[in-house]
Amino acid sequence: MRELNVVMALAGRDLLKFFRDPGRMVAAVIFPFAMIFLLGGTLQLNLGKAAGFNFISFTFTGFLGMTLFQSTAQGLTSLMDDRQNDFAQEMFVSPVSRYSIVVGKILGETMVAIMQVLPMVIFAAILRVPLTATALLLLVPVALLSCFMGGAFGLLLLNTMSDSRNSNQIFNFVFLPQYFLAGLISPINNLPWYLEVVSLASPMRYVIDLARGVVFAGSADYKRVVLVSPVTNVAVLALLFAVFMIVGTALFVRRETNR
Amino acid sequence: MTAAIEVRDLVKRYRKGKVNAVDGVTFDVEPGEFFALLGPNGAGKTTTISILTTTLSPTSGTVRIAGHDIVREASAVRHNVGIIFQNPSLDMNLTGEENVRFHAILYGLYPYRALYRLMPSAYRRQIGELAEMIGLGADVFKPVRRLSGGMQRKLEIIRGLMHHPRVLFLDEPTSGLDVASRRTLWQYIEDLRRHREITICLTTHQLIEAEDANRICILDHGRVAALGSPREVKAQLVHERLHIDAADRGALRRQLEQMKLAFIDEGHLVVSLDGRSAYEVIHAIKEPLTMLRTESPTLEDAYLRILASGDDA
Repeated sequence: MRELNVVMALAGRDLLKFFRDPGRMVAAVIFPFAMIFLLGGTLQLNLGKAAGFNFISFTFTGFLGMTLFQSTAQGLTSLMDDRQNDFAQEMFVSPVSRYSIVVGKILGETMVAIMQVLPMVIFAAILRVPLTATALLLLVPVALLSCFMGGAFGLLLLNTMSDSRNSNQIFNFVFLPQYFLAGLISPINNLPWYLEVVSLASPMRYVIDLARGVVFAGSADYKRVVLVSPVTNVAVLALLFAVFMIVGTALFVRRETNR
Repeated sequence: MTAAIEVRDLVKRYRKGKVNAVDGVTFDVEPGEFFALLGPNGAGKTTTISILTTTLSPTSGTVRIAGHDIVREASAVRHNVGIIFQNPSLDMNLTGEENVRFHAILYGLYPYRALYRLMPSAYRRQIGELAEMIGLGADVFKPVRRLSGGMQRKLEIIRGLMHHPRVLFLDEPTSGLDVASRRTLWQYIEDLRRHREITICLTTHQLIEAEDANRICILDHGRVAALGSPREVKAQLVHERLHIDAADRGALRRQLEQMKLAFIDEGHLVVSLDGRSAYEVIHAIKEPLTMLRTESPTLEDAYLRILASGDDA
């Protein structure tokens, strides 16, 4: 019971911090506007016809998956940067199970990521991305799975990076390549075999493809946009989540006691 | 009675380290004692305190806090200690109350509620009392970043004491504070010691902050350079000297030699008392003195001497 209180407190704290940070709130509104309206809109105007599918929906689903995944993952890696700062120091010296820290942090960052994509969904609806009620309902579990995947990925990342490596380096090495390998803004239906191999190893690929599978379901663009069926994506993500979580948590707990 | 802190042959070598950051440190701290770990930067103070507070594992040696082994019973140790970190550990975007609330939940004192008004009445009463105690009043509901540095520190101490720890670790608690805030913070810590039976373990490189401690332990290059009460450390390290002169300095020299006292000539004679009292020596000198001055070293002299000898090593 006590550990459940701790998990809720840690998650609640992340959400509270998000609402108290005007910079992040504003960014959550401006970012989707720039990406979906400006980037997606201009791509649609210039390349839409040639590509043969709706670029606004394409970029929306790309950024939706990417934000859910990356925001949660980076939230987890911040656990290491924070160690020497603010409240995180407190957390590590308190008699709280390290498992509760991991679970609480993933849940908290998941709630923050979902808050961040809400304006994005509203923008998408305004820009007439065809979002059916079924798709919106299905996006809820999809979003949760994407965030959990990001959290587990972030946890694994946290254990492989040295304390001195800052978040910028992680972004450049880990997230930026995935933008292109996971088909965030550019289709990856045709890739040379070596890039296909790397793309298949990118967890973000499955997150984005799953979001597209749900949003494009039943549309004429589905076959041109979606790489594999949502069921396959869910299966791959569930498997990756389980593996990353078990290995990540084990490494985290071991690292915490062996420092 | 079980020692509040028991450290035996503690060694820590970091994974990529070439030398031991802490190299065979042994000391005990009794319950209710005010103990200061002193030393220059890099002496091993923070490493030691990190091990004592379970955030760093020792390479070898044993440490027990309130009778609990820090490796095998880390959770019990964590329940028994409160820590005030060198860097502020408050969430600046949260209010003082929210910071305290999260702490209380982490230590299992109260269940989690998202809002203050939903928290149990016992908690709300406690917050009111704590806020009054440190003179914060209703400002406890303001974001922490709007409070002064000194007030933030006090809030951290209050928070660190909520779960009634047996040992309070203060890791350079006054770094970054102005002189006035420093003074009020120390007065506050002094009051705490008087009203609660709490063991305090302070780390500092500022000697003046350690002078009121019951005992001090000076670390240098990861080893204990001196351990004891400020008076004992002073006696161990620096001896009192007597500055004297006489019209017939040669006669005075001969007399000192007869008394088997070591001295040096610095334009006048500087005599090492070597454990004898100044009165006894002056009384024994028959030669009329033209100059008489005693040199009583401060603890700071002793401290500087240790640091200087450490550099030579």
